[in-house]
Formats: sequence, C-alpha cells, structure tokens
Amino acid sequence: MSANHTHSHAAHDHDHDDHGPAKGIGRWLFTTNHKDIGTMYLVFSLIMFLIGGSMALVVRAELFMPGMQLVDPGFFNTMTTVHALIMVFGAVMPATVGLANWMIPMQIGAPDMALPRMNNFSFWLLVAAFSLLILSLFMPGGGPASGWTLYPPLVLQTGDALPLAIFAIHLAGASSIMGSINIIVTIMNLRAPGMGLLKMPLFVWTWLITAYLLIAVMPVFAGAVTMLLTDHFFHTTFFAAAGGGDPVLYQHVFWFFGHPEVYIMILPAFGIVSEIIPTFSRKPLFGYDSMVYATASIAFLSFIVWAHHMFTVGMPLAGEMFFMLSTMLIAVPTGVKVFNWTATMWKGSLTFEPPMLFALAFLFLFTIGGFSGLMMAIAPVDFQYHDTYFIVAHFHYVLVPGAVFAIMAGVYYWLPKWTGHMYDMKLAKLHFWLSTIFVNVLFFPQHFLGLAGMPRRIPDYSTQFADWNMVSSIGGFGFGLSQLLFVYVIIKCARGGEKASSVVWDGARTTSLEWTVPSPAPYHTFDEAPVVK
Amino acid sequence: MKMVKRALAAGAALLLGATPAMAAWSDLNLRVGVTPLSREIHGLHMLILWICVAIAVAVFGVMIYSIATFRKSKGAVPATFDHSTKAEIIWTVIPVLILVGMAIPAARTLVKIDDSRGSDLTVKVTGYQWKWQYEYVGEGVSFFSSLAPQSNVARQLDSGIDPASVPNYLLDVDRPLVVPQGVKVRVLVTAADVIHSWWVPDFAIKKDAIPGYINELWFLAEKPGVYRGQCVELCGRDHGFMPIVVDVKPRAEFDAWLAAQKAALQASNAPAAKVAQVAPTDDRTALRVANAE
Repeated sequence: MSANHTHSHAAHDHDHDDHGPAKGIGRWLFTTNHKDIGTMYLVFSLIMFLIGGSMALVVRAELFMPGMQLVDPGFFNTMTTVHALIMVFGAVMPATVGLANWMIPMQIGAPDMALPRMNNFSFWLLVAAFSLLILSLFMPGGGPASGWTLYPPLVLQTGDALPLAIFAIHLAGASSIMGSINIIVTIMNLRAPGMGLLKMPLFVWTWLITAYLLIAVMPVFAGAVTMLLTDHFFHTTFFAAAGGGDPVLYQHVFWFFGHPEVYIMILPAFGIVSEIIPTFSRKPLFGYDSMVYATASIAFLSFIVWAHHMFTVGMPLAGEMFFMLSTMLIAVPTGVKVFNWTATMWKGSLTFEPPMLFALAFLFLFTIGGFSGLMMAIAPVDFQYHDTYFIVAHFHYVLVPGAVFAIMAGVYYWLPKWTGHMYDMKLAKLHFWLSTIFVNVLFFPQHFLGLAGMPRRIPDYSTQFADWNMVSSIGGFGFGLSQLLFVYVIIKCARGGEKASSVVWDGARTTSLEWTVPSPAPYHTFDEAPVVK
Repeated sequence: MKMVKRALAAGAALLLGATPAMAAWSDLNLRVGVTPLSREIHGLHMLILWICVAIAVAVFGVMIYSIATFRKSKGAVPATFDHSTKAEIIWTVIPVLILVGMAIPAARTLVKIDDSRGSDLTVKVTGYQWKWQYEYVGEGVSFFSSLAPQSNVARQLDSGIDPASVPNYLLDVDRPLVVPQGVKVRVLVTAADVIHSWWVPDFAIKKDAIPGYINELWFLAEKPGVYRGQCVELCGRDHGFMPIVVDVKPRAEFDAWLAAQKAALQASNAPAAKVAQVAPTDDRTALRVANAE
C-alpha cells in the first residue's frame, strides 16, 4: 500500500474493513468502492459490446448477399432492435459510467464517490435490466422488433417481450439517474481544496454536463415507454389515433429524450479525447475555457433540435425551418472543439502510443460523422437521406469510431493506472490498425448505399446494392473479430506485465491528480485531500 | 489526317471507358431524379457535399501536417501556448458565415417543397402491412399494389432462386401507380395500421404514412418512365417487401389508361368491386374504437 494510505491511517481512526477489498464474491456483490464498481461497469460494458456486436454480425451476415439465406425477417428486425438497445444502454453508456467511477474521484482528489451505496445499487440494477432485455428474446412472439426507437403503433404489436423490454428500460433509466446524481454530488462536493470548477479536468467537466442531461431526459423516456405499456395493456390511447391519441406525439417525446441521449454518449468521449491529446502532444489543451463553453452549448442545443429526426412526419413549414436552423447551429461549438484539438497538436511534440492513435482516429472519423450530420441537417436534402443507409453510416461513424474509439482510447490511457502493468503495446497497436481499417470498410460504403437509395432496417435488398453490402459485411466481420484482440490485451495486462510508473506516460501532466497516485492506484486514494494550487 | 483519326479513336475509347465509370458513380451518389425539385435538391446536396469536402481538406490537412511535422521522434520541442482569442473568434465566425450561406438556399428549397398548390391530380396513398393502396381522388379508381409474385417467391428463406435472375428483384409490384407526365401530382399519404413511409428517390420526396394523419407531398415528373422506391419506415416483418413503382405516362396515354380503368370498374359491377376493396381491419384498432365508444 502507498505511503499516502499509511499516513492517512495513522491520521484517522478508520474501521478495520477499510484496509482493502473483501475476500471472495462478496467483494463484488456488496462493494461500495468506486474502483471496484468502475471495474464492474467496464467489464459489464465489454460483455454487452460483444453480445451486441454478435447481433450486428447476424445482421451483416444476412445482408452479405441478396436473398434471404439465414434468418426470418422478423428475427432480423429483433437483431437490429436489440443490437441498438444493447449498444446504447448496455455498452456505450455503462463504459463511460465505468470510466467516470474510476477516474472522477481520482481526478478531483476525492476518496470515493459521494454516494457509495447508491453506486453499488445503480450497477446491479443495470445487470437486472439487461437480464430482462436478453430474456425478452425468448418470449412467445419473439423479441422486440420495432427498432430501438420503439415507435407505436408498430411496437404495440410486440408479443410478451414488450413488458420485459420496457421494464428493462425503466431499470436502466433508474440506474442512469442514480449514477448521474452520484456524479453531480461527487463533483460538486468532493473536489480537492483549490480545485475551482474551471480547474477541473475536461473529462470531469464533460461528465458533469452529461449527468445533467441524463437527469433531464431519462424520466421523459421512462414516461413515454410507460404510456406504451398502458396503451398496450390498459387500453389507453395516448398514441392511437383511433382513440383520439397521436402516434407522432410519441416521436416528439422520444426524440426529446433521444437527441440529448446522443450527446450523453459523445460528451464523455469528448472529455477523454481532451485528456489524451494534450498528454501525447506534450502541450496543454488549447482553449480550455472555450472547450467547457462549447460542451455546455452543445448540451443546451441538444434540447431544441429533436425534431430533425422526424423531418418526414409532416411538420408545418415553420417547424421544419426552426429545427433545420437550430440543428445547423450545433456545427459551431462542435467545430470549435475539433479546431481546439487540432490546435493542441499544433507545435506540440507528438508520440503515437495506442491511446493517442485511437484519439487521432476519433478526431478524423468523428469529424466525417459530423460532416454527414451537417448534410442531414439541411431539411430539404434530408428528405432524400432520411431512413436510408446514409443515416446508418452517419450515426455509426459518430458512435463507433466516435464514442467507442474514445472509450478504447480511455481504456488504453488509464489501464496501466488501474492494473499497475503496461499492456502489450504491439498487440494494442495491431488492435488499433485492424479496428480502424475495418471500421471504415464496414461503414464508409454505407454512405454510398444510402445515397443510391437503400432503406435502412431491411433484411434483403435489390441486386444493385449487392457489391457494397458485401464489402460492408466483410468490414463488419473484420471489425468484430479484431475486438477479440482487445479482450486479450486487457486480460493479459490485468494478469501481469512490465511495471507501470505512477505517471505512466511521460507527457502526462502531473497537474491531473490521477498521475500523482501510484500504479496500480491503491484501493483507497486521497484519504487526505490533496491541495491544488 | 491519320493523326486526327487516331485522336478521334482515342477520344471514343476514352468516352467508352468513361461510361462504366459514370455508371459506377451513379451508384455512389444521390441521383438527379426527374422532377424540377429533385434537380434542385440534388444541386443542394452537391453544394453541401463540396463545402464539406473543402472544409475537410483544410481541417484534415492541418491535422495531417501536425502529425507529420510536430513529432517527438523528429526532435519537436513543444510550444507552451494554450489559447488565442483571435484564432478562436476566427474559427467561430467563419463557420457561422458558411452556415448562413448554406441556410439561405436550403430555406428557399424547403419553401418550394411545402407549396402543393395548383395540382392537377390527387392520389391518396394508404400504407398497409405490407402493401400500398392507391386511390385516384374524385375518379373512383382505386387498387392495391403489392410485391410482384416473382420477387415474392424468390425472397422466401432458402428459396434457392438467384435474386439476380429476377427482374427488378424486390423493386417490382403487381400493379404500379400510373401518373401523367408534366403534371403536378398531389399525393395524400396515410396508413391503416402502423407507420409506413412513401419514397420515390427520383422524385426526391418522402413522407411518413401515419394512421390518423393525412400528409401531403407533390411531384411533377418531366420524363415518362418507370420509377421505383420502397417503404422507408420500419413497419414490421415484411417492411423490406413493399416496394413502390410509379409509371409515368404521357398525358394522352394516362388519360386513356384512366378511362380504361373506369370502364373496367363499371363493367365488373361497381358494388362487387367495392366489397373486394374493403381494407383488412386491425383487430386492436377495432377494439379501441369500440372501447372509445
């Protein structure tokens, strides 16, 4: 144990169990330690990433060539639906929560999260949620198959899977809200003396804003799906035109949640990249203040752009005009972020370890997703793009080489801090190159498919789309298999390896507190608050 | 003289060589379409695309230059600057100006799309799981349009039929929608069960078909021909199998076609035809209506 810990033990009269982790399975079931819980979130997320990814491979296998070869169209719809639900709520969000659990207390100099028991509860709720969702696949009538957006009236045709999927969303939502409350309370109350809000690392800032977004929109989503439940089982007609309800109302409520949800997935990714690029450029982050303000602007704009997901529902002209213009505005703060990251590298002294490689891929490929996003903001042209593979290409670019690559960058950045070992750099770089090449083979041709007119969510297609679908499927399998390498690198690193120093990366700024504690980070850190100058 | 001939031959070869390349390009990009609006929308798409490409060249250029130049392995010594108000103002203001430049033509096109006044023909389109119904409003002509039988057989799981052997696989129907060339056609879009979406890429129009709503769109096809599209809102198991085919005929041919449809309808005894066209009702909707009453 660290000198830090011994010192604090002498200074305070701690309970006996404060020394280290409990033995056996009880450690994981009942833990209130932010590092244990962070680890559990990350492992959970990795498992979900593999399950959700396997479902995507079922989709890509069926789409490998024209004609139906493998699955029933209904099951195909279940795969696209559950793939999305798992990746959004089970893989990306828990991964960023896991990183928050590990890193926020260590970056602000707090001994733990502010509400440790709730922390444990919010993790285990997530396990319950996804057990229900996976169980729903085996219900009579098949799993949920209406798309992850769960639009009525179609979603009301779901069989017994519907209540399970909706309860799963309720539990995952409750888990997210608790996690967010915990993060906000921790950041607001447990910062080390001297750490003003505008001295916090960017990752802490982006998560603070993300947590507010989550608290604002998760209840809205919970309300919408609850109305689906009562429409289905209690003959209310919130969304049924025949009873005086409105199917479009659901879409408005859903996307009022759904658009901020997109930023809930990407803002923490922005934070991770803002940590990594300065480290490997050996230069402070360019425009710290404007990065914070840009993040806040993006969060604000996320609440007033939702209907750009539904340009084709038949809104009045004024509505389409408003949502087109407000959406275009998002390009400004997002542009500021990209320019600031680029300016951080300008005149730096760059090295290209795996975290930096993933952050750079993020920078290029997320920007490509940003460009297609700008194109889709133009409502008259979006009438052509809407619900085609162009959209599929866009959101996978911002979510896979966007959010997922940033998460991988974060894992490669902090893994030595967590395990105390350096990982296999060669294998990690191989993982990077395979992932980056295949992710483009997978998603870039989908732009062409969409522009050529291929609708999304179809299990079979006209022969003119055959070539690019085959290329995309090959990319999909390549990308999927490459992730096994990621799992291997992590396991190998957890088991052992070259000892990591406390600073780990020679460019890491010691002003960021996680690099002031030893590697691996002791079970308890900052029993005595560090002072930030 | 020989030289000229050779040059001509080379030019011809180049043109011939260019043709397949052009065909490939049309598979990569949005099609121009056959209506005044589709051309305008295509132009807008190309404008935004080229603006994005230009920005990408500039931004990616700076990134690549930084990655290539400021490397520790090349002995780069890091600078210490961490902000520049001037630079930050520049890269906030310039994007705003570019966006304004995009928004003006976009808003103009949006207004045109919204203006469905002065149409000569109205067709009501109703989406069903999983087919379309077309009704010529005021003409008494109405029919269903479903996936062509050949495609339907071939698309079954393990049918053993090569999709390439089926003409217009999944993009063919038993009865296409027929409309006149050069006429502003207004389309009213609705649905009977779940939400569908009606899209013909060559007309650059797409509107959701929503139960309880009547949405409106219009197009003016300038060239006769057969134009194909698909349902683009997930509507259940066979969402991928309810294509849209529009046959644009010259005005006179269309009038003759419509007259023939009316005559056939009268000949086959109108009441019987109407019974055959009663829509299958969704049990749950019926139940809800009953409850509401």
